[in-house]
Amino acid sequence: MKKKIIYLIIFLLLIFVFSVFFKGLYKPNLYSPSQTSNKSLIEFSGKELFTNIEINSSQLISNNKFTIVNIWASWCVPCRSEHKILMDLSKNLNLNLIGINYKDNSESAKKFIHELGNPFSKILVDNSGITSIELGAYGIPETLLVNDNAKIIKKYIGPLTDKNVKEIEKITNQ
Amino acid sequence: MLSSYLGYYSLILGFILSVWLLFDSFISLSKKNKNLKKNTILVLFLQLFTVVLSFLSLVYSFINSDFSNETVYNNSHTTKPLFYKISGTWGNHEGSLLLWLLVLTLFIFLFIFKSKNQPTKYKLLTLFFQQIIIIGFFLFLLLTSNPFNFLFPIPNEGLGLNPILQDPALAIHPPILYLGYVGSSIIFSASLAALVQKNINADWAQHIKKWIFTAWIFLTLGIMLGSIWAYYELGWGGFWFWDPVENVSLMPWLCLTALLHTIVVLEKRLILQSWTLILSIATFTLSMSGTFLVRSGILNSVHTFANDPSRGVFILIFLFVLIVLSLIIFFFYHPKESSEKKIFWFSKETTILINNWFMMYFLSVVLIGTTYPIFLEVITNEKISVGPPFYHKLLIPFLIPFLIFMAIGPKLKWIKQAFKKIKIQQFILFILSFLISYLIVEKTSVEHLFTTILIGAAFYLFFITIGEFFKKNINFSQNISHFGFSLFVLSVLFNSLFSSEFSANMKIGEELKFDNNLIKFNNIETFDEKNYKSIIANFDIISVKDTTTFNPEIRIYNQPNILTSEADIKSSFFSDKFLVINLLKGDKLFNVRYQNKSFMIWIWISVLLLVFGGLASFVKRYNR
Amino acid sequence: MKYFKLILIILISFIFLQKNLVANDNSKLVNKISKNLRCLICQGQSIYDSQSDFAISMKLLIKKKIEEGNSETKIYQYLKNQYGEWIVYDPELNKKTILLWLFPLILFAFGGLLIFRKVFINKL
Repeated sequence: MKKKIIYLIIFLLLIFVFSVFFKGLYKPNLYSPSQTSNKSLIEFSGKELFTNIEINSSQLISNNKFTIVNIWASWCVPCRSEHKILMDLSKNLNLNLIGINYKDNSESAKKFIHELGNPFSKILVDNSGITSIELGAYGIPETLLVNDNAKIIKKYIGPLTDKNVKEIEKITNQ
Repeated sequence: MLSSYLGYYSLILGFILSVWLLFDSFISLSKKNKNLKKNTILVLFLQLFTVVLSFLSLVYSFINSDFSNETVYNNSHTTKPLFYKISGTWGNHEGSLLLWLLVLTLFIFLFIFKSKNQPTKYKLLTLFFQQIIIIGFFLFLLLTSNPFNFLFPIPNEGLGLNPILQDPALAIHPPILYLGYVGSSIIFSASLAALVQKNINADWAQHIKKWIFTAWIFLTLGIMLGSIWAYYELGWGGFWFWDPVENVSLMPWLCLTALLHTIVVLEKRLILQSWTLILSIATFTLSMSGTFLVRSGILNSVHTFANDPSRGVFILIFLFVLIVLSLIIFFFYHPKESSEKKIFWFSKETTILINNWFMMYFLSVVLIGTTYPIFLEVITNEKISVGPPFYHKLLIPFLIPFLIFMAIGPKLKWIKQAFKKIKIQQFILFILSFLISYLIVEKTSVEHLFTTILIGAAFYLFFITIGEFFKKNINFSQNISHFGFSLFVLSVLFNSLFSSEFSANMKIGEELKFDNNLIKFNNIETFDEKNYKSIIANFDIISVKDTTTFNPEIRIYNQPNILTSEADIKSSFFSDKFLVINLLKGDKLFNVRYQNKSFMIWIWISVLLLVFGGLASFVKRYNR
Repeated sequence: MKYFKLILIILISFIFLQKNLVANDNSKLVNKISKNLRCLICQGQSIYDSQSDFAISMKLLIKKKIEEGNSETKIYQYLKNQYGEWIVYDPELNKKTILLWLFPLILFAFGGLLIFRKVFINKL
């Protein structure tokens, strides 16, 4: 009898393990940290791209109801395609756009802006990439939507899509 | 084009033949035939022939860059050197499965061929079980992973194989690994057969031992080749990363090593039958599970093949079937252990049991570490990483008693070891090992107590095994392997204790100081090679004693668009000096990493000794 | 049996006594920490091994944090807050991972029990 119980337990364990693996097959493998969080945006500063003046984020954030922080670079191909959406978003009066130029060459970055337009009120230069990492980014482009209390409302990894834009508009027009 | 047809239809034929063999062996079993029919052997040979033919057609398609074949298109390129075109055959998912089939059919054929003296029922049963596995793989290939899919219109050029994979060690790593990995299938089938046949005795043990050793030798070599490739090619200076794919090859190895020891006990004393069978079944089960984990996309690793959940489902179901089958057979046919045979605690059998105990613990650590993240994610939706620190913390402390048991075990007699007075020599050797260890560890800045004991234990095994060589009537193969293992542990420990590294971003012409050395970045030269652009840097490392020149290289490939770093490695018996550079974006800066890896070459030598011991077991001379 | 328990206790305490070695000056500490971190955009590489932008920036960030006086544990905590537990290779001992750490040890004890029964009961 004892032997039969052992076999039964083994069999049940097998069923358990296999169901877990089965379910596991259909889970996405790429890691994306939680898109919504109750985190606050840390304060950051850097030199402005065109004026070379050191600017600090806290004043910029608190002065506007909603701020979009977009991390980009001239060598990043998806950033190019996303730029038009940023230009459209900049027309939204409730939104202030801040750009962070990630590990880029200043000349190439300026050329990029001259060519495609400037949706940003300010562009911070992040040559080392440390600022972007401190903001929790790990790839570009990445976009953060924050309110005037520096609370991160939404985080978008990868280029912004039309769906994202609709979401942003809904939140900012409330 | 034609070769794809040939390859595909050979597979179909092979599949039909395996179904035929399955039914034929079943019928022969029920009829209780006295001998294997000549037809059966002929069909078995034909089955092997069809798979070989199919495999060769794929090779042929690769050599001729036949891009009408989807697999060739995805994994080859006209500019690849011939050697790598050939090895590209098995460097992808579909081709490697064909290699699986090749080894499966080869091993059953060889098995029947070499088991002429075994009972017919046993041979038929082995054939039966192996065909179940073979049929499963034929279905897997034909239904989800056909290597002979057609592409139309025929592309002019292939997508190319990753240049990192174009390396001699990596080219032969799969075939050798599979001979071990897949070779354990025959142990699985033969064990199930022996279960049903109810002839698990010393004769069977002696017979199956050869297959266990063969699979073990190839598996050890295969894993070593993978490590060597990682070390020389990947440019990181490491040789083992506890990456899921590596772990997946280590698990059957641990099981197989335990089995290797248990089968010896079975041969000598006719005990532990059930446990031996469980190990045999577990080894192949782990191989199959490994295949699942690596090919289904469920795990995240540098080595994973293209991921496809539908393939994962197939393997999962197949694996489930195999395990349930083994359980059912075990339930109905398990051997009744003779209750008179007992094990005395101070005997060789006990130390082998202890070996198995530790091996199973090591196995459980690797298994749980590798699969736990999957369970956690499915059940709680949280993701965690289990990396080297986990494995080191749980495995290394247990190495200490393990090494000491390894030193004592072989000295004990079978059945019962009388309590002789502990010889003074043994005791002195024990103390000496720890003393030497302390003197060495004292010079480093690591935590003393633990490291001293660990190295001391390794030294003890080292000295004991060396001492054995001078005696008569020794088990040479066992001693060489155990000596190899002690050398391995010592090399790995010294490597991690005494290696040093230096990394910085440097401009051309710059020189930097580190420790008592000067590193000079002299210049770079660019060359255009057949399928890549080469940037070769010239460095001088000036130490107190001498100056060494290094020429690390960066290769920029055009197809696919990949950048690789080729390290310049200068090996000697004392250390490997390792210099690797990487291109930094934009600037004229290069990231330079210089490592002095102590005793690196001894790590490979010791594994070769381990394998040599296994080989030596085939030519054992009995000095009676 | 007493000795057996004693050995087991010593072994397990070794696991927790293993304070990690070396790491005196800053660059060594950076290397040590980056070996323990996963590169999030590469499949299965550590920050130390990876040459991706993310990894390079991360190494600079770690250096900055060390120079600011943060301890190793604090740096890991900071990164875990930013990116989740997945980024650190050393799974910490908490409610979620307790089974991970304990299960092998339980199996070890269980195996020992089986052997003990086979070998010590029924002496020859």
